[in-house]
Amino acid sequence: MKKGVKVEDIGKPSGQLAHVDVQDLPPFISASPYDNPANVPPWKPLTDRAKQEYEATLDDTIALNIPKPKTREEEQELVRRFLSGLEKLFSRENNWAFLQPLILSVEHCARCQTCIESCHIYEMSGRNDLYRPTFRSEVLRRLYFKYLKPGGRFFRKWQHGDIDLNWTTIARLIELSYRCNLCRRCAQTCAIGVDNGLIAHELRKLFSQEMGIHPKELHTKGSVLQLRVGSSTGMNPVVAKDNIEFIDEDTAERTGIPIETPWDKEGADILLIHNAGEILARPEDHGAFATILQAAGISWTLSSESQEALGYDVINYGLFYDDVMMIKVAVKHAKAAAKLKVKKIVLGECGHAHKALTTIADRILTGDLNIPRESAMTLLHDIVFSGKIAFDPSRNDFPVTLHDPCNLVRLMGIVEPQRRILRHTCPRFREMTPHGVDNYCCGGGSGFAIMSSHNFEDWRMQIAGRKKMDQILNAFKEEPDPSIKKYVCAPCSNCKGQIRDLSNYYHLWEKCGIHFGGLVELIVNAMKDAKPGYLEWPG
Amino acid sequence: MNGAVLLHLLTYTSVLTFVAAVAFRFYRIASMPLHLRWEIYPVAHETGEKARYGGSVLEEVDWWTKPRRKSLINELKATILEMIFLVALFRHNRKLWYWSFPFHFGLYLLVLLLGLLILGSIRIGPGIPVIQLSGLEFFLLFLTKITALLGLVLATLGAAELLLWRLTSEELRDYTPPAAIFNLLFFLVVFAVAWANFLFVDSDFVLSRAYIRSLLTFNLSVPAGHPLLALEIVLTGLLIAYIPLTHMSHFFIKWFTYHKILWDDEPNIPNSSIEKKILEQVQYPVTWAAPHIKADGKKNWADIAGEEIDP
Repeated sequence: MKKGVKVEDIGKPSGQLAHVDVQDLPPFISASPYDNPANVPPWKPLTDRAKQEYEATLDDTIALNIPKPKTREEEQELVRRFLSGLEKLFSRENNWAFLQPLILSVEHCARCQTCIESCHIYEMSGRNDLYRPTFRSEVLRRLYFKYLKPGGRFFRKWQHGDIDLNWTTIARLIELSYRCNLCRRCAQTCAIGVDNGLIAHELRKLFSQEMGIHPKELHTKGSVLQLRVGSSTGMNPVVAKDNIEFIDEDTAERTGIPIETPWDKEGADILLIHNAGEILARPEDHGAFATILQAAGISWTLSSESQEALGYDVINYGLFYDDVMMIKVAVKHAKAAAKLKVKKIVLGECGHAHKALTTIADRILTGDLNIPRESAMTLLHDIVFSGKIAFDPSRNDFPVTLHDPCNLVRLMGIVEPQRRILRHTCPRFREMTPHGVDNYCCGGGSGFAIMSSHNFEDWRMQIAGRKKMDQILNAFKEEPDPSIKKYVCAPCSNCKGQIRDLSNYYHLWEKCGIHFGGLVELIVNAMKDAKPGYLEWPG
Repeated sequence: MNGAVLLHLLTYTSVLTFVAAVAFRFYRIASMPLHLRWEIYPVAHETGEKARYGGSVLEEVDWWTKPRRKSLINELKATILEMIFLVALFRHNRKLWYWSFPFHFGLYLLVLLLGLLILGSIRIGPGIPVIQLSGLEFFLLFLTKITALLGLVLATLGAAELLLWRLTSEELRDYTPPAAIFNLLFFLVVFAVAWANFLFVDSDFVLSRAYIRSLLTFNLSVPAGHPLLALEIVLTGLLIAYIPLTHMSHFFIKWFTYHKILWDDEPNIPNSSIEKKILEQVQYPVTWAAPHIKADGKKNWADIAGEEIDP
């Protein structure tokens, strides 16, 4: 691992700024199959073609495809657009939504580096300086003071350090803004309250909103597709309804409880909105929701709105990179609820959607659009402890641990409902260390779970997801035998996606007997009225 | 203009600069637009069990119908403990806390010393020998001396170690601009002169009290009484004026970062002042240039939010 990368190096055209050597990464816990390097997949190098076509001098991967400039004018144009965006990022009109927290974080960091130890990416990269949460913030800070504040360049250099602004600086900074999960664990530890996660978020916004640079998975295939057809999965309402109908039938067969998902029921108490990826990738998620809500006698509905409003896909990837896209989507979610005149929106198992629609959009939605939003965790907790459904916890008699999605837990304070349910329905539930608001990100946060271009997946699995992988192995260290079935409960679609990828990458099921899924499946699996075996294990 | 007058004017200017810089920064930050919610849990004003594990009102079904419970005591407790003991640093960077805490606590004591000197300059008459002081006056002098000694020991030790740490730590090398070294050296020089005064010039603070009395009564002709004390007054004045002009203004900025961002979980209730502010702010014009934003400088945030994307 190349260490000792200096902040000012970012602007010095050179070879690769930092290198990741898998051999230098922190080892997984002993007595796991991953003690043996042969069980750890090799990191695929970037192809020569990718290196020739795109900016690839930051580290060993590429998250975005930033084409290399062909002329000096193109280079200068990028710098000009960046400076224009920088000015807007710090303007009242263009960034009222985050101006105060941004300025406080940029102007008041004591540069004590306390936060770096809290970052799973820094720690699990073998403490590579490039991945300090402070590195990209320091670059922005120096540029801010050099180009936006008065005082003369010499004085600002003395006060804050030096930095060059050129194509290389910007291209690397764009990539570097996508080496952070935005989990904000670093902000939790700062004595001053400086938020380096926010700075990464704001940089992404500058690149997207001013320069039109964003990962295609989040923008074109994410927000744009969702706004065009109703869902980032590409499902239109007809396909969504077909899929749900199939899920209802399949679930009824498995549980012995007939269910019928209501669509567009005006005046229902609850509009349930899933991450539509669950409908396609994990149909048991919706099947379980429908079974539970029906058994509890809840008045609920799904919405098939896909144009003027968005009713059946709760994702809001704008949260990760673009305020405008985030606001457009949030407003359309609220419109779907307003049209059906429901009493509240309940967010399915999707962490970022929870935060986007509940807390972030709280200061966007006004008037009739300010419809109450609630987490499925609290509703499920209410149902499980209402006595309306009888449970047989012995059906969940296998080791279970809980992953805390950052958006749901650290950033919204929804900590206990899901664990009370697990303690009630899973006799062998155990916590990860640390957990609750001190949790670690799964490594797929901020959109990474759906980003896999070039060899980005290797970076995501080997570095960003390494801490979670280690936590999962630790939670089950007393039962290493792969014949003992173990379950990681991750009540968030993106987290499930990341844990699925970790599972596939490291063969967690085959080598350790570790499977993953949501909370609702465990609830239905323990329902006395349902046929046993709702939970399906791989293999 | 003689030296005494100049010294007084410098002191007044320093204090005014301090007050003006703090007021300006405070106003600048406070008058920024209402930001979106960006809290992090645990939030200090939560109550009961939630305060222990970092829960929020969002854990409750139909949370918007429940009475909002906030604990001022919990918030004050967290704030005061953080201010005095630097709890976050203690938890997350113990090595640094060992030096940062003495430095900051030492500074608090030196601020207290200033308060005691002001009190002393009012309570203790000029030129009275220590032996003739009343019991209360003697106690005040004793307290002043102890505060000065403890404050100087802790602040000097802390500043020296912080400087050493900045200069030698591999971890900090790239994150220590020249100004960070200058700031700590500035403190150390001020403390060194203060030590010299305390040990050799004005152990009983007779001259200091006289100078403060002259400041309070606008009697500008009273001299500092000793060149070393005059130097201390000049340096301390410059330091006081300098602090709020730098990132060291975090001594009050923390109030915003904690109370107005990390702990700000105030929901937007219909017809509330929050809603009113949002309705104002969505009228701000947008000039972001990326094509998908479709901004033209005339459209505002409300227009852009409601606009369909290109097919």
